[in-house]
Amino acid sequence: MEPNLSIINQSAHFGLNLGQKLGSILAGLGLLLLSLGLFGVQFPYSFAFLILALLMLSGGMLLYAWYTYSGQTAGIKNNGVWFKSLSNRGLWGMLSAVLITGFYVFLYFMPQYLGQGQNGAANSGLIAFFDPLSQFLKKQPASQWFVYGVLYTLGILVMGIKFIWKYRHNRYQVFRTCSVMFFQTGIAFLLPEFMQRLNQPYYDFKNMWPLDYDFFEKGQMDYLLNSGGVGLFMIVFGVAMIFIISPVLTYFYGKRWYCSWVCGCGGLAETVGDPFRQLSDKSLRAWKIERWLIYSVLVFVVIMTVAVLFAIFHENPAGYYVTRDLFLVIVLAIFGGLGLLLWQRPKYVQQIPRSVKIAASSVFALIIVLTTLAYFTNNPNVFFIPADWLKAWYGFFIGAIFSGVIGVGFYPLMGSRVWCRFGCPMAAILGLQQKFFSRFRITTNGGQCISCGNCSTYCEMGIDVRAYAQRGQDIVRASCVGCGICAAVCPRGVLRLENSALDVHTRAEAVRVIRLDVEKGVGLMQ
Amino acid sequence: MHIVIIGNGISGITAARTLRQLSADCQITVISAESDYFFSRTALMYVYMGHLRWKDIQPYEDWFWEKNRIQLKNARIQSIDTGAKVLHSGSGEQISYNKLIIASGSQPNKYGWPGQDLQGVHGLYSKQDLEAMEKGSIGLERAAIVGGGLIGIEMAEMFHSRHIPVTFLVRESSFWNGVLPAEESAMINRHIREHGIDLRLNTELKEIIDDGRGKAGAVITSTGERIACGYVGLTAGVSPNIGFLQGSGIAVQRGILVDAYLQTNAPDVYAIGDCAELQQPDPGRRAIEPVWYTGRMMGENVAHNILGKKTAYQPGIWFNSAKFFDIEYQVYGHVPAQFNAGEASFYWEHRDGKKAIRIVYDRASSAVLGFNLMGIRYRQEVCERWIQGKTPLEHVLQDLSLANFDPEFFPEYEAALLEKYSAETGKSIQRRAKRSLRSVLQFLKLSQA
Repeated sequence: MEPNLSIINQSAHFGLNLGQKLGSILAGLGLLLLSLGLFGVQFPYSFAFLILALLMLSGGMLLYAWYTYSGQTAGIKNNGVWFKSLSNRGLWGMLSAVLITGFYVFLYFMPQYLGQGQNGAANSGLIAFFDPLSQFLKKQPASQWFVYGVLYTLGILVMGIKFIWKYRHNRYQVFRTCSVMFFQTGIAFLLPEFMQRLNQPYYDFKNMWPLDYDFFEKGQMDYLLNSGGVGLFMIVFGVAMIFIISPVLTYFYGKRWYCSWVCGCGGLAETVGDPFRQLSDKSLRAWKIERWLIYSVLVFVVIMTVAVLFAIFHENPAGYYVTRDLFLVIVLAIFGGLGLLLWQRPKYVQQIPRSVKIAASSVFALIIVLTTLAYFTNNPNVFFIPADWLKAWYGFFIGAIFSGVIGVGFYPLMGSRVWCRFGCPMAAILGLQQKFFSRFRITTNGGQCISCGNCSTYCEMGIDVRAYAQRGQDIVRASCVGCGICAAVCPRGVLRLENSALDVHTRAEAVRVIRLDVEKGVGLMQ
Repeated sequence: MHIVIIGNGISGITAARTLRQLSADCQITVISAESDYFFSRTALMYVYMGHLRWKDIQPYEDWFWEKNRIQLKNARIQSIDTGAKVLHSGSGEQISYNKLIIASGSQPNKYGWPGQDLQGVHGLYSKQDLEAMEKGSIGLERAAIVGGGLIGIEMAEMFHSRHIPVTFLVRESSFWNGVLPAEESAMINRHIREHGIDLRLNTELKEIIDDGRGKAGAVITSTGERIACGYVGLTAGVSPNIGFLQGSGIAVQRGILVDAYLQTNAPDVYAIGDCAELQQPDPGRRAIEPVWYTGRMMGENVAHNILGKKTAYQPGIWFNSAKFFDIEYQVYGHVPAQFNAGEASFYWEHRDGKKAIRIVYDRASSAVLGFNLMGIRYRQEVCERWIQGKTPLEHVLQDLSLANFDPEFFPEYEAALLEKYSAETGKSIQRRAKRSLRSVLQFLKLSQA
């Protein structure tokens, strides 16, 4: 009987206005042109038609968004979110899930059906439709990844503008969205394409290991090393991102600097995925599954990377700047050092639970022992499985199926951050640091929480924010990407994202809700 | 020991949870006829507006109650035998208790208007009211709302979210001006009208007209005007829900009379939340405060008292919050609608007319007494500390940024406040603190010592 409440009258008053209808028609026509391209219709002046199709698609969506928000006062406008079939796992939600999932399956596994030319043959269909744009940008024919890149970037831009209109009263949201739009368009899309045009290597500066899981792969390393000084700089920058830039920024601002300001997956989730953020599961059960899954992926990618690097140095012990011997020393230093840090916790690091210490040090010990063993027995396979297999499995199950097909295809079913929450090893690393060693937290404002549930519902990461807020506890969670929507939708001004080093090791402990103390009576207690 | 709690709202549930925190072995039963599980009453509006589902306004997952051995019972209590310590339910069941906590909440006021019991005439308090509003919204062409308070404006926002035109009858000359000072009240008048709500000030309900089928069809106002509407929201305040106590011997006036330990005149019977009336409220506080926050405090308080940790109920410095369409409202301390002699306030309003800060202070000592915030968020702890410490207005103005709780990158208005203050008084006041958590933590630490 409970779930039926509030769907009696659903959508009775949620008809589209004229502008929204026009926008839908325009976007539909743009989509139609693209599908004609997919089915091989040859357009005269095809470049012009492609631009027209993309303009109609984006223009239609923008028109729709404008007529949704322009007539409303600035403020939180989630009216009818749970009544609309697109955003409540209804018919439109299911259809879009099937459509997006299907697109990703073709993209990753059967690009020939999108028109990708096989074995050097010319492109056809949708991908040929994008050839002129690709020629214009980088003087090469398009590939499925170019088409994907264009649509991905366009999605972030168009839905980013829509998001900015929706949250125009909130500068944090506006700045953050401009940032992801910039990093996707400038750094992830245009810069690498232009670099290729200038015969420089393709490299996305904002991507980083382990999200970029084949950064340490032999082909990639050779490719960059053979590209001269620029390539070498890219390697150095990539390593610096992992070991210097990212830990420092995460210490100061939490993982949000990456996950909701820079990252492309995050950028898509925050813009295209925004209509679905409420669909994430907030139950304790989901949280348990999340922790098992995401840390398993992290262990997998670490093991895979060690194995791949070890195999490279096994084949070529003299190495690439680093030798086989030095590599062993590096592995011992990194994992030994991390283990030491775990048990000899500096006092400004947050208390680490024993179970975490044991689990993490077991993994470190395993890696150290097996790498040393393989080194001395001259075995190329650190984990007794060929590194190529590990890499292929990771690429297939995690890289393609989890992050791509499920990660985006399941937006309309499980919310916009399925991949970031359950799978992304980058988010896992940044999250561990955020939890134990960062100035970031979400502060709860005294006893003002009314337990309404807006914060939890609109948390795309499925954090039960209310559970903390209603007992006056600051929120320090590994998974929080700092999107700030909980603070935005709170109707009582209870939540604020902020940073301070002053209480960095105790920031999750204070319980500030109005509560009673036998000695002091009732009051706001620290 | 069997502790029975009547009512599963915030007061009753907080009592149950605190009892369990303090004692592992008492037996706890919570009785409600309204809903199977605790929900946030303040969030009912978001279910209607489609922001949240019903399950989203339940703060605890269903397994929580069994895990914490809090027994939930769906029943309506008809009468109480305080001598035999037995409750009688509507279905004839008898429930015996060792300690009883009455947390039965409120019901919407009805002032004897003709037609007030027609179909399509409801308050907005319970789950059932929400269901009635849902049904009543089908094909609804206009709704009338009677009573300009927090629930009235919520209801206006709810109907507005479904594009249902609203006529809002407010008896006073300005919205909620019994609580809000004139400027804030005027701001909300403007904001209500900005949303296209037909706000009628100085207008009362005379009569609700039957549409011929036992349903509301129109209202007649005190000006004699007839306004066709298929739904009438009665939001002219609430009164304690205590009808079922008749004949129990438990002393009541408007609410259930309780002492400083929240005990009634009957042995082992306590009352908390909306339904309780304090015999001796703190100076400046009302005997009945039907507010979420006081309900929660009383819930904690009563649990301590029952388990032998006797503590008098002292609600501390008043605070409350609300949201009027897009404008958030927070109040800390003493901010009356009409100032008493010896009190004054410094008021700043943004030129967009949607943000304002008011600081009330004592003329003689210049100690700050309270803060009113419209469209701007302030930190409760910092404001409390200033009020507790009787901090002079000018010190507070200098450090005002410490209180700012708006999200990062939001424009800060504290400098504008200082400018206005300097212009009004001719004194030049320099800003001392900046908005940073570090300064806040240092301030809280220092002022605690």
